[in-house]
Amino acid sequence: MYAPVSWLRELTDVPADATGADVAATLVRVGLEEEGLHGGDIQGPLVVGRVLTVEPEPQKNGKTINWCTVDVGQHGQMLTEGKPQEIVCGAHNFGPGDLVVVVLPGGVLPGGFEISARKTYGHVSNGMICSAAELGLGEDHSGIIVLGELLGPEAAAGLKPGDDAIELLGLADEVVEVNVTPDRGYCFSMRGIAREYALSSGAAYRDPADPAALPVDAPGEGGYAVHLTDEAPVDGRAGCDRYIARVVRGVDTTATSPQWMQKRLTQVGMRPISLAVDVTNYVMMLLGQPLHAFDLDTLSGSVGTRRARAGEKLTTLDDVERALDPEDLLIVDGADTPLAIAGVMGGATSEVGESTTNVLIEAAHFDQVSVARSARRHRLSTEASRRFERGVDPDVTAAAAQLAVDLLVEHGGGTADPAYTDVDHRPARQPFDFDVTLPTRYVGLDYPREEVLATLRAIGCEVGEGEGNVVSVLPASWRPDLTDGPELVEEVARVRGYDQIPSVLPQPKSAGRGLTHGQRIRRVVATTLAQQGLSEVLSYPFVGAGLFDKLGYASDDPRRAVVTLSNPLSDEAPLMRTSVLDTLLETLRRNVSRGQRDVAVFEMGLVTDGTGGPRTAPVPGVAGRPDDATFEALYAAVPPQPRHVAYAAAGDAERGGPWGPARPVDTGDAVAWALTVGRAVGLDLQVAPAERAPWHPGRCAVITLADGTVVGYAGELHPKVVAALELPARTVAGELDVDVLVAATGTPVDAVALSTYPVAHTDVALVVDEAVTAAQVEEALRAGAGDDLENVLLFDTYRGDQVGEGRKSLAYRLTFRANDRTLTTDEVSALRDRAVAEAASRTGAVQR
Amino acid sequence: MSGPNTQYDPVEVAALDPEAIEQAVTDALAAIAAATTLEDLKTVRLAHQGEKSPLALANREIGALPPSAKAEAGKRVGQARGRVGQALKERQAALETERDERILVEEAVDVTVRVPRRPLGARHPISLVSERVEDIFVSMGWEIAEGPELEAEWLNFDALNIGADHPARQEQDTFFVEPAGSGLVLRTHTSPVQVRTMLEHEPPIYVLCPGKVFRTDDLDATHTPVFHQFEGLVVDEGITMAHLKGTLDAFVQRLFGDGIETRLRPNYFPFTEPSAEIDCRCWVCGGSGVLDGQSCRTCGGTGWIELGGSGMVNQRVLRAAGVDTDRYSGFAFGLGIERSLMLRHNVGDMHDIVEGDVRFSQQFGMEI
Repeated sequence: MYAPVSWLRELTDVPADATGADVAATLVRVGLEEEGLHGGDIQGPLVVGRVLTVEPEPQKNGKTINWCTVDVGQHGQMLTEGKPQEIVCGAHNFGPGDLVVVVLPGGVLPGGFEISARKTYGHVSNGMICSAAELGLGEDHSGIIVLGELLGPEAAAGLKPGDDAIELLGLADEVVEVNVTPDRGYCFSMRGIAREYALSSGAAYRDPADPAALPVDAPGEGGYAVHLTDEAPVDGRAGCDRYIARVVRGVDTTATSPQWMQKRLTQVGMRPISLAVDVTNYVMMLLGQPLHAFDLDTLSGSVGTRRARAGEKLTTLDDVERALDPEDLLIVDGADTPLAIAGVMGGATSEVGESTTNVLIEAAHFDQVSVARSARRHRLSTEASRRFERGVDPDVTAAAAQLAVDLLVEHGGGTADPAYTDVDHRPARQPFDFDVTLPTRYVGLDYPREEVLATLRAIGCEVGEGEGNVVSVLPASWRPDLTDGPELVEEVARVRGYDQIPSVLPQPKSAGRGLTHGQRIRRVVATTLAQQGLSEVLSYPFVGAGLFDKLGYASDDPRRAVVTLSNPLSDEAPLMRTSVLDTLLETLRRNVSRGQRDVAVFEMGLVTDGTGGPRTAPVPGVAGRPDDATFEALYAAVPPQPRHVAYAAAGDAERGGPWGPARPVDTGDAVAWALTVGRAVGLDLQVAPAERAPWHPGRCAVITLADGTVVGYAGELHPKVVAALELPARTVAGELDVDVLVAATGTPVDAVALSTYPVAHTDVALVVDEAVTAAQVEEALRAGAGDDLENVLLFDTYRGDQVGEGRKSLAYRLTFRANDRTLTTDEVSALRDRAVAEAASRTGAVQR
Repeated sequence: MSGPNTQYDPVEVAALDPEAIEQAVTDALAAIAAATTLEDLKTVRLAHQGEKSPLALANREIGALPPSAKAEAGKRVGQARGRVGQALKERQAALETERDERILVEEAVDVTVRVPRRPLGARHPISLVSERVEDIFVSMGWEIAEGPELEAEWLNFDALNIGADHPARQEQDTFFVEPAGSGLVLRTHTSPVQVRTMLEHEPPIYVLCPGKVFRTDDLDATHTPVFHQFEGLVVDEGITMAHLKGTLDAFVQRLFGDGIETRLRPNYFPFTEPSAEIDCRCWVCGGSGVLDGQSCRTCGGTGWIELGGSGMVNQRVLRAAGVDTDRYSGFAFGLGIERSLMLRHNVGDMHDIVEGDVRFSQQFGMEI
């Protein structure tokens, strides 16, 4: 909402020396956040100019500039050289004869942009023809201002070259732009902004709707007929509880709005359009009441409301044909023809046009929710709908209609019908009890009773009599947001000032328990991977349907069971990922494409398990805690979202250099990272070969807990996946379910007493079939050797003639140590033989 | 070796002649001094201390002397051998020291040759800031609560006093889950975790809810559709806005530096009443808005930095979560982690945070 300081001064006493920044600071104090300051920073000469000649000159850079001469009256070159101003202009939306706005050398535009004569495109340009954006009049950069279009031909006709454009466009006046929060609909008007300014500063306030300032004619019999019906009230509330229809006949709708009104509308960011439209907009900006002007002669005898019917259509003012919904509240005429979507936008057929002479002014009060739904349904956020959604003062309706009628009569030469209809079904506002000690208890600052009551009255509440702590409060008609105690507490607190609230650190009565086990485990997992050389990254969890084919998932792979977004960021990626690798691999690829040859990345995050199929969550009421069944259903409807950690790497694991050659990252790294993560949280994870997409079938390991619970998979990616995702050859990856790691840990590790007796080493080489895994042999050796075996280390693998085709030799170093004595050589030999025998029996191993 | 010769006159035994012995010592000391390496010294030791050295030979002659002469000759030879021995010992030590020093010089390497054989990885700074924030609140006796990212609409909106027709619901740019009417959304804030906490636990509640949230914004230099928040919730007896302010002051001092304070400004949020915008005094310019004669870039010259929203938990929210509003009151606040990171570490472009470029994470290491 834009608030010109000069307009504000008419409604409240802004000190003469107050700047726009001062006004903004006063408004911020009570909750109207400053969005910007406009105007007031332009220095002339800024004048009206008439374009005399326009010569297009194509440039080498492909642009075409216009070499113009402009009559700027007795200024600039006209003054010193007796010839029109010569200016280079890049815009093309104007021609000879147009009146434009010219800043001459020596002028300063918003942002401190100083204008001087300068050489450009082979000419000396003596100034600049301005766009609206360059003058701080909004965002429109599309072209320069053509005054005949901005102000209308009639107003433009009264201008002559050399006139001061700063005054003409109201640029000397500062405009404060504030953000209006959804609870303060009344601040979408100068009436409301001025009220807040007065509240914050203590200055006097002059209500523009005060009957003394704006006498309102009484409604009477014989006015234009109004019929209100509502077949489908939203939540039991009528869509319209007040409707005033006033008629002004014989209006010259081609008359131009007065200059002061055009200036104000321009300052608040609206374009002057025509007298009827400008009057309704001006009244809305002043009083906050949206109005609609109908061409009376297009209506058939009466006006009213009803809900739309299925299949009904209406072409709105923006020339869009809209399919109406049975919940849309419509304005219809006596023939039941739809005229407008109530409170949102009018229709094209009843629009006031150049031939209109008789105007019907609608001033109505529509239900917030009904308007909000229509605006949302038709994606039509209009000045009117924004106000109705947030609440319009139902008591200002008659005054707004009166002011519009007065202005049309005054500036359009019309005559108002003496009688008019006011259908008034406003429900009585309900007072509620308020404990005056609540602000003190809620804010932690002492607010004496007198102050509380004074504040409530200052914001327009009627406060009941009585000496007790509990008083009856009837909020003002423009404050539908005030319905309970805490809302009044905010009023009391903001009027005194939030800056008065003390700073007190609360002390929980019982100390917290610190991070949970799961939170600590997650930190260890992430830190461990980072210490292994992987860099943590983040990616958006959205994927496209084609990804699962690229990853080589079988058609029935549960990871294809996805949750789909109905309004994704991109139609290419409407699905929630089911693995972290889904999005991490793309992150790896991006790093490689940016020149990182050796990359190792990891990400920890949630994945969405869609295997339960589409779900529907209940939407219970909010008056109290949902009942147990609803509570259960609510929680059960949310799909499981386990936390995974995934990693991927390409290039070298160890770099080459003066110390030796590089070592490319391989399956062993991918598996080792998983095992290291396990060890870091105190788990000895198990490894077994596995076949699973997207991994290489011969280079994939399943990682399990000792009880066989799958933690995840690691290994080299399938070459087809690597090709499909355009990853570096031999990219490795892993994905672990962190929730499984969390669940598997948490019981304290039982420490084993350390033996200080000497160790004994012995080596064995075992020949086994290729299909036998190192893990199987190791497990057998451990089982055979018993408790005195301290460690098993695979230190060499051999394939070749000496062991035969399809066989391999695995060389292990066994380390023995007893708890209670030094093992003799014979004992060690015996233990080794038992280990080898077990390996032979389980895996067919033969000692070399 | 012959037996004692009682006729023997030591003076007449040439080897025991005092001058001869003195000469032998002089020769030995000169040779020792001349030895420049441990190898040389070994040769010298053999020549002047070995079995065939003049002093050893002289010593051997002493046994043949008559008892009356033995003492004197013994003393003379003994002293001579002692002097040589001492000189050898000293020279040996000197040469060893010299050798040791030489080896250390020879073994020197260029320590500036970098050896990044296995580069260290890094945590993502969003995780690090989040963990740091968590630790700050844990140190105040709070706990960390979490919840799903794909969430029931009721928990994300309705329970937070954002009804289906509330204007704020339209402003939140929500991702909806198919099919239409599923009642599921990607959470637009971590507030549903607050609701879950209140539904699952009786007060007193002191929790921080960090996590990923989603809005249908386009990615640009300052916005991302997927970002991170932390929200705080306290529900206890006698909780006031002063407690909110005290908590925020303590927090910003621990994250941004001593002496930093917050400012509350009236604002509107459906889930709090009264509501307040949180500003924090700019720690770069100290609140003056001016830095090195220029308008401070961090705070835009205002001296204050907008951090987020806060307020007293709306009683409708408490009631929807089954909290007794006659007995308990509470406050809540929400701040952005990306924004905290950008402000604290001068990150100029959101793209760097979200695109997963390892170079970004690697600037920060393992602690922030």
